[in-house]
Amino acid sequence: MTGSSNDPVRNILMFGAYSAIAAATARRLALDGARFFLVGRDRQRLESMADDLKVRGAADTHICTADLEDRAALKTVVDGAFAALETVDLALIAHGTLPDQALCEADPDRTFDALNANMLSQIELLTLIANRMEPQQRGAIAAISSVAGDRGRRSNYVYGTAKGALSIFLQGLTGRLAGAGVHVLTVKPGFVDTPMTAAMPKGALWATPDRVASDIVRALERRKFVVYTPWFWWIIMAVIRRIPAGIFHKMNL
Amino acid sequence: MALGQLNRTGWGRLDFGPQTVLPYDHRFEALPDLTGRAGLPSMLPFGNGRSYGDSCLNTGGALVDCRRLDRFVSFNGETGVMRCEAGVLFADILAIAVPRGWMLPAMPGTKFVTVGGAIANDVHGKNHHRAGTFGCHVRRFELLRSNGERLTCSPDANGELFRATIGGLGLTGLITWAEFQLRPVATPFLRQQVIRFRNLGEFFDLSAESDEEYEYTVAWIDCLSRGAALGRGWFMRANHLAEAPADPPRPPGRKPGIPFSPPVSLINGLSLRLFNFVYYRKQREDVSEGPVHYDPFFFPLDSIADWNRMYGPKGFYQYQCVLPTDGGRSGIADILDRIAGSGTGSFLAVLKMFGERQSPGLMSFPRPGVTLALDFPNRGGKTLALLDSLDEIVVAYGGAIYPAKDARMPPRLFASAYPRLDEFSRYMDPSFSSSFWRRVAGKGQGGTES
Repeated sequence: MTGSSNDPVRNILMFGAYSAIAAATARRLALDGARFFLVGRDRQRLESMADDLKVRGAADTHICTADLEDRAALKTVVDGAFAALETVDLALIAHGTLPDQALCEADPDRTFDALNANMLSQIELLTLIANRMEPQQRGAIAAISSVAGDRGRRSNYVYGTAKGALSIFLQGLTGRLAGAGVHVLTVKPGFVDTPMTAAMPKGALWATPDRVASDIVRALERRKFVVYTPWFWWIIMAVIRRIPAGIFHKMNL
Repeated sequence: MALGQLNRTGWGRLDFGPQTVLPYDHRFEALPDLTGRAGLPSMLPFGNGRSYGDSCLNTGGALVDCRRLDRFVSFNGETGVMRCEAGVLFADILAIAVPRGWMLPAMPGTKFVTVGGAIANDVHGKNHHRAGTFGCHVRRFELLRSNGERLTCSPDANGELFRATIGGLGLTGLITWAEFQLRPVATPFLRQQVIRFRNLGEFFDLSAESDEEYEYTVAWIDCLSRGAALGRGWFMRANHLAEAPADPPRPPGRKPGIPFSPPVSLINGLSLRLFNFVYYRKQREDVSEGPVHYDPFFFPLDSIADWNRMYGPKGFYQYQCVLPTDGGRSGIADILDRIAGSGTGSFLAVLKMFGERQSPGLMSFPRPGVTLALDFPNRGGKTLALLDSLDEIVVAYGGAIYPAKDARMPPRLFASAYPRLDEFSRYMDPSFSSSFWRRVAGKGQGGTES
């Protein structure tokens, strides 16, 4: 990697490792011979991802299956990752789901599950990882939030709530870890063409996972705190945040 | 449009109706189950859509989208044996293999084809006279059939399915992964010679002289020239360089593209005459020579993203035929004369001698002889009439047309050019079909009724 070469990204810890954005990011970082600790639900998918990264240049891969919506598992996973990698140069939190808004409105249990899958488990992991990285005095944490967290919209406000809360948590964590030399990046993708969004019709605003991955890698090199990806979402969301509520409610977004 | 219905076309952008696209993201998954889906009688694997016509489409059935099937499985840097999922692009393989001293053994004119598509169409390249088709270098692959069977196919195991699947147009099942042999290269560079030839006779002389000593040969033809100059053009021949040149040519950077389709084709009589006139005079010398990076050498059109949009909203037809060595010379002359006479000539006319190396594929297109590839803007009946008249020449000389490029060949031409058709159809998957297949084989959905 280029940029601040005193912090080479060598040891990488990924949650939701085979999600499209994480996998695309891993492929880019593998070219430089990184070592990976990959966490996800399905062993076959983790194994095939590890094989893929090795062909692309990864020096070493560890895999770990875990249900990240299960609180009890998280500490063991994080401890295992730091034991395997020793130091972590980059931790990427990329797991999540796209909840069904209508079902969440009908059933508070579904809302709770959606918040757990997209916010609480991420916050718990970030807390555990931050406490391990702070004494390292180096490295970076990146988490996939979303433009959906920038303003509550009627069509997906449960998902938006989770991502909005995650963004605010990351904002605070960025400040806390800055003093320790640990960089925190909040990633806010727009529409990304992934299996998670397979059922949605695609248009000009849609980006590939590789495009998002390239923005993430560059934002890490430049030590940015927040990256909208692709960049034009910064403009779109700046406008959307400023639309007066009375008008916004009529806009059926 | 209903969910999953997309305006997907082949590379020629001809309209064959909306396509229902189902995802297939991982090699361990089962195929989509069509039994619960009324109105989807068949499926067809879809790679990166670089086939020109309808061989990659399945109007009224389903396309199984394999572009997320893009993981490498293994690569042995000592032996050059690579295994990857079927949706991996040649571009991705080259990016990984060339820096480690390996290159694909046979490559078509674009690197944006998938491995699965390369097998299904048994693609060939500028080195066909030496290396044969891509299928000649495939060691084994896994074929997933609609009954749930997963068969590892190689020349020795499930050999019939192996041979039916190479060049089998995706109709024998879905290739999940494939293993193939790369060829060693010392550098990413080649030394290329570009030689002017004044007529078709000179082309055949140059080919005969070059195919022994040069690994890669191909020619561009000015297909508007007639009479004594019929078939004039540029002959390109090259070999890999063992050492990088002192001042190495740079690999291509960020590429320009055609951002949208213009309302009418930019390829018309005037622009064609202009292009062919200028291109034939592109260099003063009759022979030029120099080092070249492999990317612009093998994939000149990849440097313009979405170049197919130049032909406007109606798209274009590509016509690629092969004529047997005996008589091929005069057959090609007849075809070029017919095209020049029609005035609707081709932007890109490519001529090459195929070699003797036989592919394992039952339905493989390349065979010893001379192959000509041209594209024509879609002007409806006028274009189709010209192509029909070219068919007559192909039939008269005992030639064949390349399904990957085709959108209109008649069933009788297909049957006469692919004599192992009946043998092949025994190995088809009963739930697989394509628009192309129904058109040329006269079969209904699912490949059973007629």
